[in-house]
Amino acid sequence: MIDVLIIGAGITGSLIARKLSSYNLNVHVLDKENDVGNVTSMANSAIVHSGYDPVPGTKKAKFNVLGNSMYPKLCEELDVHFKMIGSLTVALYEEQLKLLENLAERSKENGVKVKLLSADEVRKLEPNISSEVKGALLAPTAGIVNPFTLTVHAMENAVDNGVCLHLNEEVIKIVKNGNFYNVVTKSNSYQAKVVINAAGVHSDQIHAMVEPIDYQITARKGEYFVLDHYKEGLVNHVIFPLPSEKGKGILVSPTTSGNYIVGPSSEINDDREDVSTDKLTLDEVKRQALDMVPSIPFNQAIRTFSGNRPTPSTHDFIIDFAKCDKHFINVSGIESPGLVSSPAIAEYVVNELVSQVLTLTKKESFNPYVRKRIDLAKLSYKERNELIKKDPNFGYVVCNCEKVTLGEILDELSRSVPPRSVKALKKRTRAGFGKCQGGFCQPLVIKALAKHFDIPCSEVPLDGPGSEICKFVTKGGNDK
Amino acid sequence: MKELICITCPRGCHLKVDDNMNVTGNFCPRGAKYAVNELTHPVRTLTSTIKTNSELNPRCPVKSKEPLPKELIFKAMDEINKVVVKLPINIGDIVIKNVCGSGVDIVATKKIDK
Amino acid sequence: MIEKDLVIIGGGSAGMASALEAHNQGIKSILILEKNPYLGGILNQCIHNGFGLHEFNEELTGPEFMTRFSDLIEKNKIEYRLLSNVLSISEDKVVTYSNSYEGLVEIKAKAIILATGCYERSPGAIQIPGTRPSGVYTAGQAQLYLNCYGYLVGKRVFILGSGDIGLIMARRMTLEGAKVLGVAELMPYSAGLNRNIVQCLKDFDIPLYLSHTVKEVKGKEQLSKVVIAKVDEKFNFIPGTEIEFDADTLLLSVGLIPNCDLISKLDISFSKTRGANVTQDMETDVPGIFSAGNVLHVHDLVDYVVSEAKEAGRGAAKYLNGKLTHKGHVYSLKPGYGIGYVVPQRIFIEDAGEQIILKFRVTRPFKDINIFIKENDNLIKKIFKPAIIPSEMEIVKLDKSLFKSLDNTIDVYVEEKK
Repeated sequence: MIDVLIIGAGITGSLIARKLSSYNLNVHVLDKENDVGNVTSMANSAIVHSGYDPVPGTKKAKFNVLGNSMYPKLCEELDVHFKMIGSLTVALYEEQLKLLENLAERSKENGVKVKLLSADEVRKLEPNISSEVKGALLAPTAGIVNPFTLTVHAMENAVDNGVCLHLNEEVIKIVKNGNFYNVVTKSNSYQAKVVINAAGVHSDQIHAMVEPIDYQITARKGEYFVLDHYKEGLVNHVIFPLPSEKGKGILVSPTTSGNYIVGPSSEINDDREDVSTDKLTLDEVKRQALDMVPSIPFNQAIRTFSGNRPTPSTHDFIIDFAKCDKHFINVSGIESPGLVSSPAIAEYVVNELVSQVLTLTKKESFNPYVRKRIDLAKLSYKERNELIKKDPNFGYVVCNCEKVTLGEILDELSRSVPPRSVKALKKRTRAGFGKCQGGFCQPLVIKALAKHFDIPCSEVPLDGPGSEICKFVTKGGNDK
Repeated sequence: MKELICITCPRGCHLKVDDNMNVTGNFCPRGAKYAVNELTHPVRTLTSTIKTNSELNPRCPVKSKEPLPKELIFKAMDEINKVVVKLPINIGDIVIKNVCGSGVDIVATKKIDK
Repeated sequence: MIEKDLVIIGGGSAGMASALEAHNQGIKSILILEKNPYLGGILNQCIHNGFGLHEFNEELTGPEFMTRFSDLIEKNKIEYRLLSNVLSISEDKVVTYSNSYEGLVEIKAKAIILATGCYERSPGAIQIPGTRPSGVYTAGQAQLYLNCYGYLVGKRVFILGSGDIGLIMARRMTLEGAKVLGVAELMPYSAGLNRNIVQCLKDFDIPLYLSHTVKEVKGKEQLSKVVIAKVDEKFNFIPGTEIEFDADTLLLSVGLIPNCDLISKLDISFSKTRGANVTQDMETDVPGIFSAGNVLHVHDLVDYVVSEAKEAGRGAAKYLNGKLTHKGHVYSLKPGYGIGYVVPQRIFIEDAGEQIILKFRVTRPFKDINIFIKENDNLIKKIFKPAIIPSEMEIVKLDKSLFKSLDNTIDVYVEEKK
């Protein structure tokens, strides 16, 4: 019998699993995707918000501010790139200065340290900002994080501490059976005492499997550009416009990998699975971003993408027991600022909710640290040579654009939540993330995956099952 | 009068051929030859790959040593698809002799050791 | 630290040709660094023929062409390292590379030739609208899978862009059993060579849709449909012109971009080609760092890559022998009306050899035009062209005596007949 079954291996589900793995519990996680963090947790702005924006008193405000303070330690334990670079919310018109002051007030209420800057002060920090700038709100505690490795490592740490992860498992039915839940997927069923619904854009549908619900989740699509890491200092902070009803607006920010990200748009999406992009929306993203930073080199764009935010009709996170039963816990509607809030949400869910229905005893063997990734860029010339001598694969560069070695790829494959697809490997190592988008290295990546899982290359998918690349072998050949 | 684009070389001359097979627009004599051939008996050089017995280099590039009659191209592909060559192989090694009875050999275009 | 007179980055046609030329000029301390397990670069996957008509006066396939050079590299015992990826070049010409058998190596070079080629514009770079399923590839990527590994990435193929690689792949995939449904080209004219339109499309009855582009890509895990539509002069879609194809594969042949990563952080200026600005000897703004081939500007023929690489090899030899003075009269070349770019961007006339070679492309197709190369009132050359298209690079060889050092600028422009 499973003690806790988590539905959804996004950042929230993964951090809840990790938190639960510090107790003596039998914890399982289901996700419909072929990788953890493959939906909303993958396709967002990767910003650790300071917390000046949410309405005071809401769960969003509470968990954002608390979550932000947990990031430095979390990212150290999970070996994730995180930089507290600060954010600037800029006013481009005189009449917006008043709104900046309102935001500063709100920040105070939320307990977030901010500073109002004059136009000159902004220009000093951000030389490429529009000459129209009238002032800005500096929030020094805002940061950027690598959202891919954050989710992967959170789940990896959970698995290392005993959690069982089941991918490609889409839940289709949940039945309460006496004192446990029977959670049915397309190919299996799982019996659990407690179910935690962290199903992101589908969390209302999962919730509705156990009781009638009075809210709904709407997918709100955000489309983005990723620019190549061609030059440092285009922007040094996360640059926001003033927030509106549609959200925090289109930001321009460096990423932890040295790229730049521009977006997101904000459109209601009828199809929750639809992550397409379209020209008109992206043109509008471009236009608005150029208003703030006129010199963004869009000819250096290497990718566009979109993600769906699970926007709840309640306008706030839904983190509570189901009305019918305390053994069913909803962690639903975790839209922005979900990424930053997730560690605080995980603490709350376990300490305040799960603790009411299960006895929590500390696991002596719990280790909050993941095995450190080998970061070649951080090694000295001598250290790197010693490493290559020990394992020559660290000398063989597979991805030329991002300079990823075979050693790093094999290391990822040897970890406890290994990548099963070309995309999953890309998220972890950056192989194929650069300007050629895998044009040169993809066959080598496929070979490495095929060898590791002992499958033919024709069975290695780009993402989920059905997305195989080497589909047909010519000349009636056998595929080895 | 027929108009053609010469494919003999990447230059791609625009050729004109009159009813008496007089060719104009060609930069070099090969263009005139091409135009007459194309209208009477079109040929193409076929390039493809052939299966090898190697895991490291599973395909070896090949070509028809001379241009093949256009109508034989797909038939020649059928023959090429049936053959497996053993490595090592060298440029010019014949992999199929007299493909489809055309008198033309299919030869390797790359040296592959293993 | 190991020292070399000349380090060449990239062992493709440009790298090998420049190495051989420098060697012929007496430079003996040469090292070629190549990231792949073989020399020859991209020509290894270009198994079609059409290479070598200028260089060898015969028609060769890519692998045959490159073997002519790699054989000479071996014969002349020019040193090279395979599977060796250059991580950085510093302003003082320290080249750091990595491989599995030597580790991380730093070499102090007296001169460097950058011959790293180009990469294909990716689906992300052109912001292709719709979903991002499996089945969307650059043409070269599909070529690598097919020609080197024996995998056909799909069976119902649509191709966006009429660049040569796309056209070549239309034929290759057809021969290997795929159905190529069509080729869409945004511009009202093809981006590829005429002969490829004939022998890769017309031979197989593959339709070419000019002034069309992809409006939407559909499919979740796997590409299922490609929708194209016609565009007006401003490249906006014309409603009602949509055509939908049931395709499992979309190949992109929408341009090549010089891969200048290694020098992008140096104090080097770049041209419209996205390659470095160079002199008549292919020298960049940093003395002793040269650039040639597709990393400088994308060529239509590998034969021209080779001739340009030889110029760079000669230039590097001149530099190493103290013959590049950067003194005397300097010209900067200005592409004028109808001209996209001109290589080189600067000419040091005293350093130049007896012949000065200009390479340029027009911005659109023209008929019956004159191309003028002028310094002030001095007409250096007037070239009549009955027809000229952007996909073909123009090469003009000019006698040094034609240059009178009258002005600092040389204008290259098109004049249309009234």
